[in-house]
Amino acid sequence: MTKSITIDGKIIPFEDGQTIIEAATAAGVYIPHLCHHPEFTPHGSCKLCTVTVNGRACSACTFPAMDDQEILNDTKELNDDRRRITQMLFVEGNHLCPGCEKSGNCQLQAVGYYLNMLDNHFLHFFQPRELDASHPDILVDLNRCIFCTLCVRASHRDGKDVFAISGRGINKRLIFNAESGLLKDTALDVNDQAAHICPTGAILVKRTGFTVPIGERQFDHKDISEISLEQEQGDHGR
Amino acid sequence: MADKIKVATVSLAGCFGCHMSLLDIDERLLQLADLVAFDRSPITDIKRCTECDIGLIEGGVCNSENVHTLREFRKHCKILVAVGACAINGGLPGYRNYIPLEECLSESYLDGIGVENPQIPSDPELPLLLDKVYPVHEVVKIDYFLPGCPPAADVFWKFLTDVLDGRDPSLPYELIHYD
Amino acid sequence: MKQFIQDLAEKHNNQAKQLLQILREIQSRYHYIPEQAIEQLAGLLAIPRTRIISVVEFYSFLHLAPRGHYELLISDCIADHMQDKRSLTDYLVDKLNVAVGAVREDGAVSLDNTSCTGMCDQGPAGMVNGYALTRLDRSRIDRIADLINRREPLAAWPADLFYVDDNIVRPGLLLKQPIMQGAALRSAFKRGLKETLAEIDQSGLRGRGGAGFKTAMKWAFCAGEAQSERYVVCNADEGEPGTFKDRVLLNSFAHQVFEGMTLCAVIIGARQGFLYLRGEYLHLYDQLQDILDQRRQAGLLGINILREGLDFDIDIHLGAGAYICGEESALIESLEGKAGIPRNRPPYPVTQGYLGQPTVVNNVETFFAASAIAVNGADWFAKAGTEKSQGTKILSISGDCARPGIYEYAFGTTVQTLLNECGARNVLGVQIGGPSGTFISSQEFDRKLAFEDLATGGSVIIFNESRDIFDIVHNFTHFFAHESCGFCTPCRVGTSLLKKQVNKIYEGHGSAGDVAALEEMGRLIKGYSHCGLGQTAANPVLTTLERYPELYQNKLKKISYEPGFDLDGALDIARRLAQRDDAAAHLSQVGDHD
Repeated sequence: MTKSITIDGKIIPFEDGQTIIEAATAAGVYIPHLCHHPEFTPHGSCKLCTVTVNGRACSACTFPAMDDQEILNDTKELNDDRRRITQMLFVEGNHLCPGCEKSGNCQLQAVGYYLNMLDNHFLHFFQPRELDASHPDILVDLNRCIFCTLCVRASHRDGKDVFAISGRGINKRLIFNAESGLLKDTALDVNDQAAHICPTGAILVKRTGFTVPIGERQFDHKDISEISLEQEQGDHGR
Repeated sequence: MADKIKVATVSLAGCFGCHMSLLDIDERLLQLADLVAFDRSPITDIKRCTECDIGLIEGGVCNSENVHTLREFRKHCKILVAVGACAINGGLPGYRNYIPLEECLSESYLDGIGVENPQIPSDPELPLLLDKVYPVHEVVKIDYFLPGCPPAADVFWKFLTDVLDGRDPSLPYELIHYD
Repeated sequence: MKQFIQDLAEKHNNQAKQLLQILREIQSRYHYIPEQAIEQLAGLLAIPRTRIISVVEFYSFLHLAPRGHYELLISDCIADHMQDKRSLTDYLVDKLNVAVGAVREDGAVSLDNTSCTGMCDQGPAGMVNGYALTRLDRSRIDRIADLINRREPLAAWPADLFYVDDNIVRPGLLLKQPIMQGAALRSAFKRGLKETLAEIDQSGLRGRGGAGFKTAMKWAFCAGEAQSERYVVCNADEGEPGTFKDRVLLNSFAHQVFEGMTLCAVIIGARQGFLYLRGEYLHLYDQLQDILDQRRQAGLLGINILREGLDFDIDIHLGAGAYICGEESALIESLEGKAGIPRNRPPYPVTQGYLGQPTVVNNVETFFAASAIAVNGADWFAKAGTEKSQGTKILSISGDCARPGIYEYAFGTTVQTLLNECGARNVLGVQIGGPSGTFISSQEFDRKLAFEDLATGGSVIIFNESRDIFDIVHNFTHFFAHESCGFCTPCRVGTSLLKKQVNKIYEGHGSAGDVAALEEMGRLIKGYSHCGLGQTAANPVLTTLERYPELYQNKLKKISYEPGFDLDGALDIARRLAQRDDAAAHLSQVGDHD
């Protein structure tokens, strides 16, 4: 007999060792997320994938699927709170979409669209953050970093450890593995997965900008729930 | 025509792009003219707000005059709407928020390339700059937000027709953009 | 420096898990972590330099830029504030000619605030180069300033400046009868290890850190894991503001605490243990090492304990200024030489803890009580307390009372009883369990200390009627924003937003919607944060809002909206540069139309 969990009343089968988000994705149920990526160890920091499991809040990307879990996911209460969490990310960093090449392909923005987020609600921090354009092929704009650590995880797997998160609390920052502290002096190569994995516009590959016009990009007409399931179902299945 | 709703519009620290987008509703403008009367607005050139149903604010708050204007709108408009990226989070003018104002002013008026007769303007007629460009919701209470840079013409149309028809304004997925 | 770093790394076997301990020693010698040290260490420990930087930037006591030759810190706990901390800091700034957060030009001294140093019963307190300073007053500050200005080496400073009192006011079951050295282990071997675990189970002992997990169950789970390496960790990262009982237990009853750890080790089959001592208790470090040596010599620690064929030893690791390391999985990360970021759970430390191996983490007081139970039996302990909360609880009482200090009570004791005994008058309310706990009002003093009513790690701060609730909430909210590790969005961003929102109301700029906004933020941080820090960070706001809604309402202006920042202040720079001060060069905070 296959084991199953219930998400919003729908019965979802799972295998031992799967997390809730893995079981959900395989069954075609989208749970909003930013720091989760099927290829990497779950991190559980963005908290967008929070669901209620038998009445208790859990991160779907880290919590194991287990028999008899009654899970709530796509509810008004959860989505309202996820909107607030997304707004926290928007006021913490400096996300000026009209000036960003990632606009339309940005997962942070797409989650905002999905959650019907019309404004940033909170007071903006307007913290000045650095931009590093020293690398010949890659640009890092820390204004857009949301500390998902996907680049850290990807670069660790590449054996290069180019990126790390330093600092504490609201003063966290992404740092580069070079004595100069500059990206150009790290081992980062444009073919590294770490250069392409950023869900926002914090890490951009140079000379590839605006090949697809604004308005015709990934999330401009198709929402992230569809695109994410299409992309990740394959990955989870591997 | 007693039923026409009154709308006021203004551009604070914005580029009038949102206003242009409003005019982009094309032939529906004629329809709109039957339903809406414009009060203070660059469209009418009326300089002071009277009591209005809706106020549309384009642009962020960058100086003391913006604060006064925004307050005038808040006082007179039943529904105050932040229109476009600049009103919502400072937008492109907000790029100056990461440079100290001292530096901005001295580059522009004191030691920038080609500056003649260097001095920081001090005429009391001129509004003073705020240290940062602020989103409008951080200065007055805002009732509704229309994101986009600019929001598409259809966003204005959807919002205004929702209000005219007595519905809660809402935007479908295709109309929500931050760019 | 090169030789120093190399010797230091060698002393720690070039092991990356010793990174925090190594960095502490570098900071202590050079008063910062020089770039050269980072490069050299990265090579010696075979870790990316970024890992070293991220550890330095995580802990408050480590710095990338030079601090003063004398690094002075002043405890910023509410209890220190109540003892005139602010004006003393001003006096200190004046005397030493150094601003808070700065290094004096000659590099001799730096000054900063630090989170509660655990000296609330003898504050205002501070630290110099990691060593506790107590009972600061103007005359002591004069002496300290003089010593600094004369560049007197720390070792030559008069001992009375560093004197830390135990202040045991009311000993109870445990504190009255400390066990003889080795008695718990001898009893356990005599009774049988399984039987001793059953005895602890029967005693009803639950974790004394506040969460209250059954101790015997934790030990049994850990013992039941298949891996061969297991670890025992004593959590002495006593960072909850207002708590200092572990300081006293480790100062005067360390044998019994170490014996409790050893007891746990022989029961679960661990060969290595750690005491994670908060950096603020550096003054205890040497004497604790001496006690470990004594125990090794007495056959109570090390190889073949009491000739029963079991080996176990204990290392002491020092923290470096991070409240979050009191959370058990963050503590384990810190033991492994990393930033103290709480892990995802499951797996729990009992299955995958230190170095991924099964690990028991217990509070100092839990080990202290466990060894007494092994000697005196389950019934002796369980007959004190209530049905669900057996035994006694050691409390740290501070704030507005005649006799601050250590009090031991059976669970079930009312708040009123302890207020009477410590000499508290005209009490407005009591903070039970520190900032992460509950603020109770004078209507609730018949409530009981017990897991089923007022659960607490032991912090009790008393406020009399002259105190302002908003000073308390303001202090606690700033504390959490400062101590958030920043891992998850709701806590990282939320605690800073909450701080801004509390500031707005505190400074008198709150308007109608601001309390609702405060409540919503509190609910989000509590409901969505990754660990206990975030889940309790809004408690100061939420528990006082629940009890004093009218105080909050009265603090608000009778207008619908007020800007979230100082509007006129935002014109300061432009006014200065344009040299204007006319009426049009100013803004009122609220429009005349509102």
